[in-house]
Amino acid sequence: MYSSFLIKYAEIGIKGKNRYLFENALVQQIKYACKRCEGEFEVRKAEGRIYVDALGDFDYDEAVENLKTVFGISGICPMIQLEDNDFENIKKTVIDYFDKAYPDKNKTFKVFARRSRKSYPKNSMELNADIGEALLNAFSELKVDVHDPDICLYVEIREKVYIYSQIIPGPGGMPVGTNGKAMLLLSGGIDSPVAGYMISKRGVKIDAVYFHAPPYTSERAKQKVVDLAAQVARYSGPIYLHVINFTDIQLAIYEKCPHDELTIIMRRYMMRIAQTIAEETECLGLITGESIGQVASQTMHSLACTNDVCTMPVYRPCIGLDKQEIISISEKIGTYETSILPFEDCCTIFVAKHPVTKPNLSIIKRHEHNLDEVIDDLVKTALDSKETIIVKAK
Amino acid sequence: MECYFDNSATTRAYPQVAEIVSEIMLEDFGNPSSLHTKGMEAENRIRHARETIASTLKVDDRCILFTSGGTESDNMALIGCAEAYKRSGKHIITTRIEHPAILETCAYLEDRGYEISYLDVDNKGLIDLKQLEETLRKDTILVSIMHTNNEIGTVEPIAQAAQVIKKVNPNTLLHVDAVQGYGKWNIYPKKLGIDLLSVSGHKIHGPKGVGFLYIASGVKILPIIHGGGQQKNLRSGTENVPGIAGLAKAAELIYKDLDISRANMYAMKERLIAGLLKMDDVVVNGPVGEDSAPHIVSASVGGIRSEVLLHALEEKGICVSAGSACASNKPSISETLKAIGVEKKYLDSTIRFSLSEDNTMEQIEYALEVLEDIVPMLRRYTRH
Repeated sequence: MYSSFLIKYAEIGIKGKNRYLFENALVQQIKYACKRCEGEFEVRKAEGRIYVDALGDFDYDEAVENLKTVFGISGICPMIQLEDNDFENIKKTVIDYFDKAYPDKNKTFKVFARRSRKSYPKNSMELNADIGEALLNAFSELKVDVHDPDICLYVEIREKVYIYSQIIPGPGGMPVGTNGKAMLLLSGGIDSPVAGYMISKRGVKIDAVYFHAPPYTSERAKQKVVDLAAQVARYSGPIYLHVINFTDIQLAIYEKCPHDELTIIMRRYMMRIAQTIAEETECLGLITGESIGQVASQTMHSLACTNDVCTMPVYRPCIGLDKQEIISISEKIGTYETSILPFEDCCTIFVAKHPVTKPNLSIIKRHEHNLDEVIDDLVKTALDSKETIIVKAK
Repeated sequence: MECYFDNSATTRAYPQVAEIVSEIMLEDFGNPSSLHTKGMEAENRIRHARETIASTLKVDDRCILFTSGGTESDNMALIGCAEAYKRSGKHIITTRIEHPAILETCAYLEDRGYEISYLDVDNKGLIDLKQLEETLRKDTILVSIMHTNNEIGTVEPIAQAAQVIKKVNPNTLLHVDAVQGYGKWNIYPKKLGIDLLSVSGHKIHGPKGVGFLYIASGVKILPIIHGGGQQKNLRSGTENVPGIAGLAKAAELIYKDLDISRANMYAMKERLIAGLLKMDDVVVNGPVGEDSAPHIVSASVGGIRSEVLLHALEEKGICVSAGSACASNKPSISETLKAIGVEKKYLDSTIRFSLSEDNTMEQIEYALEVLEDIVPMLRRYTRH
């Protein structure tokens, strides 16, 4: 029954003179989401609003599902569009729409009519009254409630007539591409895809880096990370996933540094490498899925040691979340099922039985000097041999 | 060098199998239940396949029931018999080292009121006939014993087990999971005293998604799949004609030069074991020599996790499996290895080589060279 959607956006509305930039980015992102849907769509900006019109047949559920992945959208209103603005025709259409949209008529409603074409023979007040009357006549159980209605029915007379009453919540946030780019450290666990999603929600474009350690981690573990990136890309847009072969660096650390400090030193090198790629690719920050105290390497002491090597801001959107809260988000964005597949990632091999939980930065730094002879070459080789995969949403 | 040593997981199809499958899909594509000529042609294909397979077992072709593979055959044998004979009793005997297709089906039956006894095995994976004799009861309706173990290559004493069963309770049926044995040995159910026998197509260079269950005449079985009444109402669903014809072609070909290919596999197995045992802290699990399966070698490499070794070998073009790949890719500890008493430190360090007639002695030599190269390197790094 619906042929188009009115897109509501919240925060963009207050962006003053930059507003058009945000709107254009939103249109762009909506177009990208529509590409994944069956059918053809036109996305247009008109009168300070964004409309998505289906040109011909389309799958309603699929279209809504995909619009719900576009950051910046606060609500999606499925609409009926009417070319002919003759009032009898409007009345007939409204009644027909109401009948189909609400099988249960035991409801209260209020009509919000608006005419931006002031030449229209009825003014807004008259429209409200006449449409309300028509509905009451058509459905006897229906009642008007102007203070707290179950249903707010919008009828807008513009260059066409728009009829809608439902608002499907969107993801909120700001359109991707309006806030620079950051490098996500993506591991294959539950937290890092959530972190990517959360930062992307604020309009940030995402690239990612994954540390692969063959033969200790398998091709399937890498495929899992690609799958996770594809899931995040539904929201963030295409992700450049940089795969770093980390094996030799990890082995060098294992051989030359105390085993209880392995994870911290390893993470310091991951941060360094991620930061180098981030600088090369014009990213303005790093993103990790760290959450205080979740594991030994994420205590405040450990985070301080890891953070010490970063000059770029590190964004840790999960930092104050409990595991269960992170899991809830990962379920919502569809990464949980993939995250829990049982493949080892580079963080779970070579884990000491009793890793340090309160590492001392100066000691860590001293032990890192054990690597001096080899580490620059190893890091260079790892960076030179990185593989970049462009991951698109499926 | 590309070395595929995972033939117990699956095999490459014979080119002739691929040919016949393709031919049927494109030309004789009819539904055997259709009354027209196309249907007749398809039915003939199945009749011919049934005859070919029956002849490899020396049984009546009416005893062959086509299924979707080993797992379905096992399910049908166990559940179908359990249902059909529940008035005679609800006791079933199996072993601790069966494939999950048997063990999980037994667990399913256990939940539904059947009593399952599990036979122990010795350190070579062999059952104890004495224990079998003591476990058999008046209400034992079925004994299920695998022919060849998929992880360590033990060949169970099926004929002797059948004698014990018939002596204690002539009404008890014997089911044999021969997924790893068929195509490696001549298995004659009537001579051995087997009532039901499961076979899978893709382990013998046939197609995936097809297999059969041999059901001796006079054995009752209730269907577990219901529908259009195909295959005498025992297994509904349009027959997988290309798969069935491919399976029969594979059976025909694998049995043609069986003695030669088995001798070749034994030679390769012997060389592989000799090479492995020369290495430091490597043990071979299960039986060796001509009483064991010609194609399976289970080895534990101390100090290296099997998954790591597997991926390191993979980098050199060598495909093996960790424990039993058949049981999915979950890294879990093998029940079979535990049952034969493999030392704890080796449980997570066990890989399986499984050979087929496609392998060569050069590949074995290459694999041994690679192992000698990478094992010491991998041992430098162990998990704590």
